[in-house]
Amino acid sequence: MQYQNIFTQVQVRGPVEAGIPLPRGDDERVGTPFYNWLAGWFGNAQIGPIYLGFLGTASLIAGTIWFVIVGFNMLASVGWDPIQFIRQLFWLALEPPPAKYGLSIVPPLNEGGWYIISSVFLLASVLLWWARIYVRARALGLGTHVFWAFGAAIWLFLVLGLFRPLLMGNWAEAVPYGIFPHLDWTAAFSIRYGNLYYNPFHCLSIVFLYGSVLLFAMHGATILAVTRYGGERELEQITDRGTASERAALFWRWTMGFNATMESVHRWAWWFAVLTPITGGIGILLTGTVVDNWYLWGMKHGIVAPLPDMWPTVVDPAIGG
Amino acid sequence: MKLWIPFAAAAGVFVGAAIIFGADWDLPPVDTDQIGYRGTGMYHTLDREDQAALRLANVAPEPLYEADPEGDRAGEFYENVQVLGDLSTDEFNLFMASITEWVSPVQGCAYCHNEENLASDEVYTKVVARRMIQMTQTVNVDWQAHVAETGVTCYTCHQGQPVPANVWSRNLVPGEKGTALGWSGGQNIVNETAGNTSLPINALESYLLEDKPIRVHSLTALPNGENTATTKETEETWGLMMHMSESLGANCMTCHNSRAFNDWDQSPPQRVTAWHGIRMAREINQTYMTGLAPVFPDNRKGPEGDVLKVSCATCHNGVQKPLYGVSMLREFVDSLGTKTNTDVPDYTTYKPGETTTMSPANTTSIEPLNGAIGEDTALASAD
Repeated sequence: MQYQNIFTQVQVRGPVEAGIPLPRGDDERVGTPFYNWLAGWFGNAQIGPIYLGFLGTASLIAGTIWFVIVGFNMLASVGWDPIQFIRQLFWLALEPPPAKYGLSIVPPLNEGGWYIISSVFLLASVLLWWARIYVRARALGLGTHVFWAFGAAIWLFLVLGLFRPLLMGNWAEAVPYGIFPHLDWTAAFSIRYGNLYYNPFHCLSIVFLYGSVLLFAMHGATILAVTRYGGERELEQITDRGTASERAALFWRWTMGFNATMESVHRWAWWFAVLTPITGGIGILLTGTVVDNWYLWGMKHGIVAPLPDMWPTVVDPAIGG
Repeated sequence: MKLWIPFAAAAGVFVGAAIIFGADWDLPPVDTDQIGYRGTGMYHTLDREDQAALRLANVAPEPLYEADPEGDRAGEFYENVQVLGDLSTDEFNLFMASITEWVSPVQGCAYCHNEENLASDEVYTKVVARRMIQMTQTVNVDWQAHVAETGVTCYTCHQGQPVPANVWSRNLVPGEKGTALGWSGGQNIVNETAGNTSLPINALESYLLEDKPIRVHSLTALPNGENTATTKETEETWGLMMHMSESLGANCMTCHNSRAFNDWDQSPPQRVTAWHGIRMAREINQTYMTGLAPVFPDNRKGPEGDVLKVSCATCHNGVQKPLYGVSMLREFVDSLGTKTNTDVPDYTTYKPGETTTMSPANTTSIEPLNGAIGEDTALASAD
């Protein structure tokens, strides 16, 4: 039963680890490290220290400014009523300026001006954090895979909030900052442009998204299944393939004729994850700029299933009337 | 002691309970009827418990008695009968008894009449009621594309209440009242007229009072610069659609194939009925409700001072066919199914408590009495 596990089984305790010495010019790490039992269920039981540095600090400050601007606008949008702010929190949002202001960066404050200001801070925050990920990876002597993966997400973010509004000629095309409102925006976007379902890049993005889920489940399940043979120590298994790795590989080769390797499965996962926002971003960028109605585009290119005419008497009452 | 554990557990239980009991779930069983081609997901879904409650709430009352159409005409027998003068006195009295049951069963005749002088127009509700009878006649005669032979009566909307349960007026979101913060673009707050979504708050004003274009789709695959509608306009259209869906207890598929919402060739015939209904509500609001603005007292207006207006929910009350398709009009064709007198007085001259006769003849001496000629002059002056 010891290895029939779902949750993390091992919590390593001992003197807290301060980390390797940092090169000259780097800041000090912040916080006194400590152990937390609950954190140990989900990951490493040790919390901290954290390296903030200039990039991290600046990113957090910019992000906080964005968060506070959005929050206060939400609070003002319910007449500064704190109870309504809590009750309707998921409904509230800071909207981009209306289309009539085009690409002006100085619309009236209460007609999207705050949206532009907060967006500048959000952009700064995200890009600073992106740079920080690069610098921290190099400082540890790592490859920059996380940096590029985060870059893929930033690509989609920039398409939605910057590149596409620039091409369409107004900031009203940007996404509102709010929980339900951004979801409504997404659905309305699909409806306006004739159903993103028929956008081939949307199809690709879904393939990679669901593919990521499938790969994650397959890989996670495989490794948990071989932890009884030390399979969770993947790095050792990569360099010195042991029985856990052998059994995992055999399982897949016997069930589907082909198996990933301890190394290649992570390349599969990385590419699927990264291609999800890359293809999605391309699909969004083409919508409204290059294609105006994806359903009709799909008709033109033979990807719409033909249906029998169920209601031949129905005609548009606006025609000829 | 680790206090955070009980606190976290309590918070988890609270949030979980709020999600389970706070949301308006439809518990199974739900009846589904396939209405479209297989594979298109076109189903009507009706929750059995909701339907049972709606059936009880939407029952058409039986007619009080059968009136004799013979005998004296009400217009000759009674004073100041402007619209229903062609009814027999028996029919007229049945109608008065019925409208009391339909609109003011608690308040009785005095809700509209000075009981000392039933002919007087001094109570504003009597002036409104006369106009509403004209409106009902217009709906039943001119809007059969929407109401068909079934038609409507006062009860369709009023259901025993002086003000129908589902009316609306202009709603300014709190943040728009002159602050420097809080831009929510006229949306992003709980919108009770659009199924409690965060969709634009004034969709009803845009489409059921003004005639803002509802259609947002492009009719060409590639952009040709003709369609300037953005996601914002789409959200407002969607707000109207949510309103219709909630008002009728119907889903999107009642009128649309969701793979191409705009395509009429794939739409069920209910969409045509709904198209006429939108225009009908617009005419009611523009011509009848807004036209009566000078007569309504402040307590019968919205917070922004505009009159209360009709939406799809006003008649439908959660049911796809109001009162489950029972025709109350059948018993009242002479009074509500025929246009009898379409003349409109100048409502700005109305003084509650003073005006005893509110009629076109009384308020405008220049315009001729005959409605047809009146329309001609209106058209001529519009040129």
